[in-house]
Amino acid sequence: MEKETRFFDEMFGQGDGPRSPYQSYDAWFHNEDIKELKKKSSEAESFFRRTGITFNVYGQDQADERLIPFDIVPRIISGREWSRLVRGIEQRVRAINAFLYDIYHRQEIIRAGRVPANLIARNEAFLPEMIGVEPPGGIYTHIVGIDLVRTGEDEFFVLEDNARTPSGVSYMLENRETMLQMFPELFSRVKVRPVSDYPTKLRRSLGACMPINASANRSVAVLTPGIHNSAYFEHAFLADHMGVELVEGSDLRVMDGKIAMRTTRGYRPIDVIYRRVDDDFLDPLNFNPDSLLGVPGIMDVYRAGGITIANAPGTGISDDKAIYSYMPDIVEFYTGEKAILKNVPTWRCSEPDALAYVLDNLSELVVKEVHGSGGYGMLVGPAASKKELAAFRAKLSARPANYIAQPTLALSTVPILTKAGLAPRHVDLRPFVLVSPQGVDITPGGLTRVALKKGSLVVNSSQGGGTKDTWVLEE
Amino acid sequence: MLGKTAGGLFWMFRLLERSENTARLIEAGFRIALTRPDGADDEWASVLQTAAAATAFYERHEQLEAGKVIDFLLREPSNPSSVMSCIAGARQNARLVRTALTREVWEAVNDSYMSLRDALARPVAERNLPEVLGLIRQNSALVRGALHGTMLRNDVFDFARIGTFLERADNTARILDVKYYVLLPSVNQIGSSLDNVQWETILRSVAGQRSYAWLNQGKANPKGIADFLILDGRMPRSLKFSVAKMVTNLKYLEIEYGDRHPSQGMAEALDDNLQRITIDQVFEEGLHEFITDFLKDLAGLGLQIETDYRFLG
Repeated sequence: MEKETRFFDEMFGQGDGPRSPYQSYDAWFHNEDIKELKKKSSEAESFFRRTGITFNVYGQDQADERLIPFDIVPRIISGREWSRLVRGIEQRVRAINAFLYDIYHRQEIIRAGRVPANLIARNEAFLPEMIGVEPPGGIYTHIVGIDLVRTGEDEFFVLEDNARTPSGVSYMLENRETMLQMFPELFSRVKVRPVSDYPTKLRRSLGACMPINASANRSVAVLTPGIHNSAYFEHAFLADHMGVELVEGSDLRVMDGKIAMRTTRGYRPIDVIYRRVDDDFLDPLNFNPDSLLGVPGIMDVYRAGGITIANAPGTGISDDKAIYSYMPDIVEFYTGEKAILKNVPTWRCSEPDALAYVLDNLSELVVKEVHGSGGYGMLVGPAASKKELAAFRAKLSARPANYIAQPTLALSTVPILTKAGLAPRHVDLRPFVLVSPQGVDITPGGLTRVALKKGSLVVNSSQGGGTKDTWVLEE
Repeated sequence: MLGKTAGGLFWMFRLLERSENTARLIEAGFRIALTRPDGADDEWASVLQTAAAATAFYERHEQLEAGKVIDFLLREPSNPSSVMSCIAGARQNARLVRTALTREVWEAVNDSYMSLRDALARPVAERNLPEVLGLIRQNSALVRGALHGTMLRNDVFDFARIGTFLERADNTARILDVKYYVLLPSVNQIGSSLDNVQWETILRSVAGQRSYAWLNQGKANPKGIADFLILDGRMPRSLKFSVAKMVTNLKYLEIEYGDRHPSQGMAEALDDNLQRITIDQVFEEGLHEFITDFLKDLAGLGLQIETDYRFLG
């Protein structure tokens, strides 16, 4: 194993034998032949190709479907560690929903001076169309992904909240299926909490938020931008496993105060729509008029109680990177408790003092675009060349409010399988959270993303990251 | 079911059927070229015509040349009927209707696509042609097997079958359309050796040479071949068989949905005609006119199905 002392390794800790969650796995691994395991790795790849779990990369040839690389060494979390995370995630998600309700109603948090008014009113993710709207069941974010990173035995941080349309859950499910097929004996040895009931829970959770004017069928559908979207596989996967229709904007229209889908037998109403289309494209009458992906008039049907849109329009205001830095205050304001999960310290470049600090320490920091995602447009200071730093400095000075900066975190590592055996690589974790009027449900584990390049801290699949199966052990 | 999904299933199976038919046309043409080098050029010309690819071919190539024709029919991306275009299109439609397919059917289509993409990555050398054509047929059988073995017998299945048989009827009718003159009564009823080859090609193009020989003790005559391809209800690629299947599957849709559509009447009219007419009447009416009318009616039926079941809007 390569020696890396600066980072916390989740399997080997400080280097004196495997940490307790990994003990059974480590014992199993020692009796395995590396070559045989490498063979299993390529079996996994052909399994993924057959199933069609591919993603399209933006800006590349349409025909180019790529696989997200899968590493067969699981990431293991003890039951005790997990239950602490669960409390923190639940608290945070409840606060996010309360924040959204408040922001689109009385805006108490602004009146209380805890969040600046400008940050909301001038934010592109804030939808004035949602002011005063009562979302069915009082839920704004039905589906949330909270990105976590770990830096030590008890050190977890929230890297970002995904309250719009978090993706990756199909990988969580297929990774587990693949592991079960390849290593059944491991699962009889190690008691891992199951994840496979996610689609059933998602269906139930969506079904629990019927609009006021629900039809007799109480039908649910998944709305996809279409076959060329990078996450199309996931949209089809979820619709298939929930047993609901997968629709596109072109299948839908407004009819008698409902959204209806064109079936072989005429138009049939939909009651709940799990949309994987961004706010901007959702309704060409209310938002981007050029959008062909949405349904003209869906916002009017929504406001009149004819349909539930999950997640609700306008939830992006809560996962904006500029809002992120206020999350500890937001959690405290709505729950009356200190946030259980820590935020990464964040400099808002819109503030002159912060900007000055960031410019002075650029080579030490990670700088992100406020509205960016997918790892595009960000600077990892310690890994950047002088030239890259200078170019970024210019961009940052020109539009400071467009950026936030964070210290470069010492992300924990989990080993991956290489030709030479195990080697540590940096990881993060995206647990998937379902919110319904009946409560918050968090699937044990989530999606572990891993930077496959040695030393790299960028785990995004669009930047050469891979995934791992994530195990939460039965207590 | 969504109208779009029904359309996706219909086209997925039309395209799969078409890829198999194109492969069989190549096979028949290749066989002629091997056994009858003098008649090969004419044969390739009519293969192109049957595959509705002649115009597109001459836009790209000046000369008729076996290798170019084969490549055009197997791999050419700008030819929508090339085997690779059909398989890629079928898979694209399968992705679109993924929620309506069993895992087995999806994997069969996806596997077919991946293995043919590899096999057709480069022009196929003559010596490898039989193997590649065999692979295409095998893959097509694989998808059909998965469909029959794992899918519910509901509207999903019906749209898949209707697409299959519409395409099959169209293909058999096209072969007759291009080759009708070979089957016309001539002074030489016994058949010259060239006629014999032509008749054999027609039968090979519909994988019917063995069945026909078995039914007719090896004696070929043009009227008998026309009867076999048009009116023999036992022959799974005949017009009568294909149309009867469409009537059945449309009927199942009527039972499941509880309403009747104009397309059903059109399919039944085609079926009635094929049930009633004799091959002598077909020849009296004129074989060519009969086939031309049939193709026109079939195209009309396809459009009506698209409208009735709201494939597009």
